[in-house]
Amino acid sequence: MEDMIFYDRMQFAFTITFHYLFPQLTMGLSLIIVYFKGKYLLKHDQKYNDAAKFWMKIFALNFMMGVVTGIPMEFQFGTNWAKFSELTGGIIGQTLAMEGTFSFFLESSFLGLFLFGEKLIGQKLHFLTGLLVFIGSWASGWFIIATNAWMQHPVGYEILENGKFVLTNFGALFSNPWLVPAYLHNQSASLVTASFVVAAIGAFYLLNKNHLEQGRIFIKTGIAFGLVSSLLVAFPTGDWSAKNVVKFQPITFAAMEGIFDTEKGGSEIILVGQPDMELLKLDNKIAVPNVLSFLTYQNFTTEIKGLKEFDVSKWPKNIPGLYYSYHIMVGLGTILIGLMALAAFFLWRNYLEKSKWILWAIMFASPFPYIANLAGWYTAEMGRQPWLVYNLLATDHGASPNVSAGNTLFTLLGFVGMYVLLGLLFLLLLGRIVYKGPETTKK
Amino acid sequence: MELFWYVVVISMLTIYMLLDGYDFGAGIVHLFFAKKEEDKKAITKAIGPFWDANEVWLIAGGGVLFFAFPVLYASSFSGFYLPLIMILWLLMFRGIGLELRGLIKHSMWYAIWDKAFGIASLLLALFFGIAVGNIVRGVNMGHVVNGVSTYEPHYFVLPLWNPTLNPLAESLGVIDWFTLLIGLIGVVALTIHGANWIIYKTNSTINEQLKRIVFRLTIVLTVLALVSLSSWFLVIPHLFENYFAHPIFWIFPLISLTGLIGLFRIKTFKKDGTGFVFSSLFLAGGLASTALSIFPNFLPSTNTINPSLSIYNAAAAHYGLSVGLIWFPIGVVFIALYFILQYRIFKGKMDDGDYGEH
Repeated sequence: MEDMIFYDRMQFAFTITFHYLFPQLTMGLSLIIVYFKGKYLLKHDQKYNDAAKFWMKIFALNFMMGVVTGIPMEFQFGTNWAKFSELTGGIIGQTLAMEGTFSFFLESSFLGLFLFGEKLIGQKLHFLTGLLVFIGSWASGWFIIATNAWMQHPVGYEILENGKFVLTNFGALFSNPWLVPAYLHNQSASLVTASFVVAAIGAFYLLNKNHLEQGRIFIKTGIAFGLVSSLLVAFPTGDWSAKNVVKFQPITFAAMEGIFDTEKGGSEIILVGQPDMELLKLDNKIAVPNVLSFLTYQNFTTEIKGLKEFDVSKWPKNIPGLYYSYHIMVGLGTILIGLMALAAFFLWRNYLEKSKWILWAIMFASPFPYIANLAGWYTAEMGRQPWLVYNLLATDHGASPNVSAGNTLFTLLGFVGMYVLLGLLFLLLLGRIVYKGPETTKK
Repeated sequence: MELFWYVVVISMLTIYMLLDGYDFGAGIVHLFFAKKEEDKKAITKAIGPFWDANEVWLIAGGGVLFFAFPVLYASSFSGFYLPLIMILWLLMFRGIGLELRGLIKHSMWYAIWDKAFGIASLLLALFFGIAVGNIVRGVNMGHVVNGVSTYEPHYFVLPLWNPTLNPLAESLGVIDWFTLLIGLIGVVALTIHGANWIIYKTNSTINEQLKRIVFRLTIVLTVLALVSLSSWFLVIPHLFENYFAHPIFWIFPLISLTGLIGLFRIKTFKKDGTGFVFSSLFLAGGLASTALSIFPNFLPSTNTINPSLSIYNAAAAHYGLSVGLIWFPIGVVFIALYFILQYRIFKGKMDDGDYGEH
């Protein structure tokens, strides 16, 4: 039984991690492409259409990977988490079925037209299909986060005697206080990934001294979107989300911040340190006194409950993992803001192309937003443990009771094999697109 | 209320089989009959803009199934664990094959993805047929061994096959001679369906040859259908009970029969789309008849201890279902709109236009 839960969790964690490498780019990138396309329509400047065309190729590849790796996610609810599906299907089935009905049909119907139909439908309609694909992908994110928000902070339900969750208030699913901050946080983080990728490829062309005109567009656009979105990730969306955690999951908050003891007169914010789960303290700690209390309550002296105040059986299962995920997210997020601010300053002073080191820095920083995005999701998901539905349904009680550990390990290995192959193919094809570079239409 | 959602789920899955069915069929034709590069290209062009949207019917149908009948979703997805994950892998491979083929212009690269696309299509057609077979045959609900349930009454688990391949054995497997037979019907019927789609949507040079193939396969299909009907009685003796209780149900087998008879006249059709209409009738009528033969059950139990999963004991609570009545029709209006738009824009022969060029 324990093996089975472990393999089930590994399979979900592995497949969702791999999956989320792609939507986090495509959601943000669809907005940037719509921007390029819109600018082309307004200014009639061909180079923006060329930029849109180049990014559509990268979008298409990523979107395809996202679709292909997304199908197993829905399947796994039934195959690996049957008990969870049975008990909560009446509720999370709503949001998941709405995702299928409202966003998948929209995306899939217009994606083909958007990618290949430019000549067929003309420029204005082409812009419109891009806009619809953007709306579809952001709607998809909305329904997924609504589902996750319900698992983090269940609302509008009633539990029957047989343990089944029954929906009693449909509106509550979408007015869930967890939903809007989490959604905006996630979407702006997705935009950070897209901005960095756009800027990084721009930097690559500038450093390489080819495709200079397009490279300049990419880097300017990437920095503009990147500065705004990386700031939005921290404030207000990250701040709101953290306040939700304090309010609804105080144990999780203490664990992710690494606060073991309640400190009289206000809690310090931990910058660096390694949790020691035997002595229940942090090793090699670097911290700033009272700041956590201020950030959380806008008051330097408000007390924050440490982990030791809570019953050990209610603690998140993997506290070091949770702590590191959170600190990696926050740490990288801060670096990304700093880098974008610096780049924006250089751009404003017209100094960017001469300062090669910052182009190199942007290029090498492009994996960071991916890591930060995933670390953010790890924080949310590990923070919810040991629950599937917070405080109500334990993870151990959600798995399929009839599927043996051997079967789950087999499929887990299958997924690993398949995704390694997919990952290699993806990198090969992405490399080809980037190497070939944008095509410029003669005026 | 449950009845409404039953009709919705069955309709969505039937539409899925009609739409993705021609994709699979096109894949099988591609594998066996398309030899020239231009024909291969014509076939992939004929399904290019559609297959992704077609597959959404499966995902969305699955989503609605999850929402309306969570018990059935949980029970069947975990009970058919391995075959479902394998279907998933095949769907993924097929999708990758279709999308990646054109990205590198090299004959070996083409060869790999052509085979991946063709073989995955063939296996999927077989697996979906086998799935239908499993649903009508039923499963050992509650995993009863020696008269005692070893699982909760609505859970089961099936290995890929049992050694005897006997659909009447106590320990069942996903693959037995009965489900394999239905799987074969799936392959033949979808090959016909896919060939009809290619005839309808392309100018490829194999269209005349495909008409002859459709004709011959229709004969095979008729034989298989007769064999399966008689063995059906052996496996499920009360096959027609529902039909005598509700005579209106006969309309679906009649639709299916009309489709089959029409297919025999394939060589005489003036319009290229007519064959496709008939194979659609055959498939839709056949799937609806199959579903109705076990109605109101979704998944019958082969033992007498635990009940079958029906539209009543597998459904979600009433409030949730009634809320769905508000948002779902709105969604359907949009879906219909996209659908009409898509098929209007891509009307006519697909290899005529310059769609697909950047």
